[in-house]
Amino acid sequence: MAETTGNGKVVRIEVLRYRPEQDEEPFLQGYDVPFTDDMSVLQGLQYIKDWLDGTLSFRWSCRMAICGSCGMMIDGEPRLACKTFLRDFPAGTVRVEALAHFPIERDLVIRMDDFLAKLERIKPYIIPKEARTLAQGEYLQTPAELDVYEQFSSCINCLLCYAACPQYGLNPEFVGPGIMALLHRYNADSRDGAAAERMEIAGSEAGVFNCTAVGYCSEVCPKHVDPANAVNQNKTRAAGDYFLRFITPKGGAR
Amino acid sequence: MKSITRRSNAPVFWGLFGAGGMLAALFGPVLVFITGIAVPLGIILPADAMSWPRMQAFAQHWAGKGLLFLVVALFMWHAMHRILHSLHDLGVRAGTAMQFACYGVALLVTILATWALMALGF
Amino acid sequence: MNTSDPRRPYVRPMAGWWRRNPFFVEYMVHEATALFVAAYALVLLVGLRRLAQGEAAWNGWLEALRSPVSLVFHGVLLAAFAYHCWTWFRIMPRTMPPLIFGGKRVAPGVITACGVAATTACSLVVLILAWGATR
Repeated sequence: MAETTGNGKVVRIEVLRYRPEQDEEPFLQGYDVPFTDDMSVLQGLQYIKDWLDGTLSFRWSCRMAICGSCGMMIDGEPRLACKTFLRDFPAGTVRVEALAHFPIERDLVIRMDDFLAKLERIKPYIIPKEARTLAQGEYLQTPAELDVYEQFSSCINCLLCYAACPQYGLNPEFVGPGIMALLHRYNADSRDGAAAERMEIAGSEAGVFNCTAVGYCSEVCPKHVDPANAVNQNKTRAAGDYFLRFITPKGGAR
Repeated sequence: MKSITRRSNAPVFWGLFGAGGMLAALFGPVLVFITGIAVPLGIILPADAMSWPRMQAFAQHWAGKGLLFLVVALFMWHAMHRILHSLHDLGVRAGTAMQFACYGVALLVTILATWALMALGF
Repeated sequence: MNTSDPRRPYVRPMAGWWRRNPFFVEYMVHEATALFVAAYALVLLVGLRRLAQGEAAWNGWLEALRSPVSLVFHGVLLAAFAYHCWTWFRIMPRTMPPLIFGGKRVAPGVITACGVAATTACSLVVLILAWGATR
């Protein structure tokens, strides 16, 4: 790689380092990285790891904005490192930190245990409304029925929306924007029959009412999902469930 | 993670916040303009537009009473819900005590408005 | 902040979070319009109380509204309410279920524009009613 980056351009990448076995708290460490215009921030980090400092830790996999592994704060904004280019920092310096609002495991690696535990709870898979045998054929869906949830199914669990959500930072019990987008993806699917069960989580004290409609989650999503919309549509629905249980025999959604 | 299994009572306050916010967005600017600028300065509306007999008659009519009550009470519920969350944003956790304090102010204003409107008679 | 976990994950503080991004600064500003909405509700509450206390008290309240301080204050209130109105409808496309019109999803900008148009219409109706009732 060193041979291919010989056009003289150098960017200073400042990385927030944290090595739990020796550091009391994180600190910024700067690296001068030669680069070409086609290089992403992720490639800059890979250059550091390969040529300058092998102790730097960060997550990555696909390099093409589909695996959701390389989310980090880049100049203070949650972004995918593979989808952000070094040429876009004309000042010649860029600051890279672990995703905000998550505990730092090491350097740019965050702890996502909390997210995974919550993800499991919402049962992020279709629970069929009616069981069908193979002989009965597929579960059919019209284009209009697909349109209701399609954008929410684009979520890649990259957690940028969580790093954009101050309410998650202030109260980590909040299920948060990404989980709500996925919850809504399944609840809004015409083939699914488990909405009532999932709404218990949406309407809980950890649910949608922690959101104050900041809206930044939807701005930063690299897959153009609108998590703020998923959260807020479900405020209306959860409020409906809350009040309807007093007047309907079924008790709202339950 | 107990909070994920407890039903939230927020819909009550969120509903009042939303209703008050919508009312403030649709009618707030024009009400401020009429009562605080146009009538005191006598522009567009006559300077005696809010004269005692006229406003007393307005507040004694059931519809006028209802409108005045909705504006004062819902504006306050909207504002106190938002202030509660802003304090939370600034690091004052929106726990039970803060909820009692903020929604308590809104409830107090609601009671005082009811009292004044009742005192005005029908 | 370090936790008791032996892997020593580091939890960063949230203090001052809203100063870290212009998006959050704007959010705090539009949330702060609530202070002005509360202030106006209190102005009206005092007015109701004065109205109930009789003609002299009411005229005193009207006199107070004519003071320069009050006029400037209501100018500020008007700006705050207008900003509340704009930000309320700006976020609305994100907070409501998708609106389908003629088989197509209504664009966010159109929803915001409809909200602002609704406020304009409401303002005109109230002004015309007030003008008709008091002239």
